[in-house]
Amino acid sequence: MITMDNTSTVPSPRDGNPQTPLLEVRDLHVEFHTRDGVAKAVNGVNYSVSAGETLAVLGESGSGKSVTAQAIMGILDMPPGRIPQGEILFRGQDMLKMSFEERRKLRGRKIAMIFQDALSSLNPVLTVGYQLGEMFRVHQGLSKKEARLKAIELMDKVKIPAAKERVDDYPHHFSGGMRQRIMIAMAIALEPDLIIADEPTTALDVTVQAQVMDLLAELQRELNMGLILITHDLGVVADVADKIAVMYAGRIVETAPVHEIYKRPAHPYTRGLLDSIPRLDQKGQDLFAIKGLPPNLLRLPTGCSFNPRCTVAQDICRTDVPLLQVVSEQDGSELPGRASACHFWKEQLHG
Amino acid sequence: MAELTKTAPQGEPILQVRNLVKHFPLTQGILFKKQVGAVKAVDGISFDLYQGETLGIVGESGCGKSTVAKLLMNLERATAGEVFYKGQDITKLSGRALKAVRRNIQMVFQDPYTSLNPRMTVGDIIGETYEIHPEVAPKGDRRRKVQELLDVVGLNPEYINRYPHQFSGGQRQRIGIARGLALNPEIIICDEPVSALDVSVQAQVINLMEKLQQEFNLSYIFIAHDLSIVRHISDRVGVMYLGKLAEIGTDTQIYDHPTHPYTQALLSAVPVPDPEAREGRERIILTGDVPSPANPPSGCRFRTRCWKAEERCSTEEPLLAIPTRFQGVNTLAAHESACHFAEEKAVLAV
Repeated sequence: MITMDNTSTVPSPRDGNPQTPLLEVRDLHVEFHTRDGVAKAVNGVNYSVSAGETLAVLGESGSGKSVTAQAIMGILDMPPGRIPQGEILFRGQDMLKMSFEERRKLRGRKIAMIFQDALSSLNPVLTVGYQLGEMFRVHQGLSKKEARLKAIELMDKVKIPAAKERVDDYPHHFSGGMRQRIMIAMAIALEPDLIIADEPTTALDVTVQAQVMDLLAELQRELNMGLILITHDLGVVADVADKIAVMYAGRIVETAPVHEIYKRPAHPYTRGLLDSIPRLDQKGQDLFAIKGLPPNLLRLPTGCSFNPRCTVAQDICRTDVPLLQVVSEQDGSELPGRASACHFWKEQLHG
Repeated sequence: MAELTKTAPQGEPILQVRNLVKHFPLTQGILFKKQVGAVKAVDGISFDLYQGETLGIVGESGCGKSTVAKLLMNLERATAGEVFYKGQDITKLSGRALKAVRRNIQMVFQDPYTSLNPRMTVGDIIGETYEIHPEVAPKGDRRRKVQELLDVVGLNPEYINRYPHQFSGGQRQRIGIARGLALNPEIIICDEPVSALDVSVQAQVINLMEKLQQEFNLSYIFIAHDLSIVRHISDRVGVMYLGKLAEIGTDTQIYDHPTHPYTQALLSAVPVPDPEAREGRERIILTGDVPSPANPPSGCRFRTRCWKAEERCSTEEPLLAIPTRFQGVNTLAAHESACHFAEEKAVLAV
């Protein structure tokens, strides 16, 4: 039922897995039909995740990072949402062409999601044991009693102290960090191949965030899962990701292995984000700030969406949409995994 | 205000907080309520704020940071302790006297989406302060003053008749700041002013706040949980844990020479935006959660999660003072820290 090779090969952060990717998103578009017009939330996103790999999707609110995740999970509100084109391949099969029932079988069993706000994602009138056990009752047809035992096992696995006593508690009895652990437990219940974590630690304090991220990384290694981590925190990304996709206005503007991007960003937006982190030597000076505001998705600017806020924008940026293209070293040698959607990536990367 | 603008940070403190305590009663019963305990949100805090400086306050959620902010504004009545504003205890004030003090202590709130009334125009929101304090601006002059303020915070003065929903998050926070500035206060208490904003917009608002501080010689109390932003903006930093100050000192003292184990753990837990650092650095991962403030641990409150805790920590409460081993020693570690076993430990700074 669960076809998973639990080999304990710990992937090193630098090399991606050469096998066929677990999940591949190809030229995905998502739009929302609203009273004011069509909001283009995702405009041609491509990315892939392999088993055991962590892809961090970085972007501000409104960049389309969560909408892409919802489209993968198939939990997009349709209508008003619509997917006019694109493919989402899970082990080579296009999920968008599957029937509702087929997709339902994948959800939870093969692909699971962790949401940002654990308090509003858990049902407040059911005990956590019941909600955890639901996974086993619905997907594996276990009895209530068996499911409860499985729930306790899971709570132990995510290191909730005194799991046996707490299994009949309600979500409000738990602290924020513990609730997020329950969300993680629910996601790993059926040992899925892929987990999508949408801002899993944004609502948590730093000390608890460190605990939760460690747990997630440990479970990922243990189960050799693929992980899509959606976040806006450059610090969290640096800690756990193998590769990064930076999103802006529904497009991926840059992809790179984690070590490369912090050293040498190839897109002015990435550079701006990195520069706006307060650094020690800048004390007493103005922070670098990307001027202006993220664009309105109802009226995206022509050409490159970032051009109104860009410091190096030229005429071509206002007319031609830059495609995500492979970037290379100055001498023409390859930079594996790196791509940038900027007309002037050469200047950004080498200048 | 003009005669005060030249005071150096070492002069007379503008705000003195002494043993401030706030307990929220826990009651049982509906008709005959009886008190069965108290949530000790703030439990004895003392610090000074000087003219023109920024005091950052950091800590986890539930440690009492926001309650401190409300107590300083007298939005909550303190259970005990004093807050002296220029020598006058504001916790005892009420009515007209309190109103006069509040003119000089203003607040900027965390959530720019809920702290602006959606049914009022920007002009009304900022102008409302002049209805309450009419002596600041005569009636005919108010509209012009509001437009000036909008200009100061970097918004188009023509937006005066717009409603909050027509603005983005960063712009709304600018409106919140304009409202805080309207009465020419001396102190602005900022309760998580940028945590609801996107990274690229955060920097804009922080820059604005620093510019305004220089322009109007403001004193800020800057409450936040983002340690790198606090470091950037603060002159001094206080670290709170469970209603008490664990450590307080200048930004370099706290960030580069922390002596309290909690500060060290907090700093080491911050994700550093540098992937090279992830292999090398030592992280102190605290186990468990913050204990309930209704029933805090005896002695040192941090001892339940502390790796240094010994017998003494459960019986004897460490006081906030310069640790004896650092007294008289000329080192940056010599700052107030509430730990029996205070010592320096190198943690990667944010």
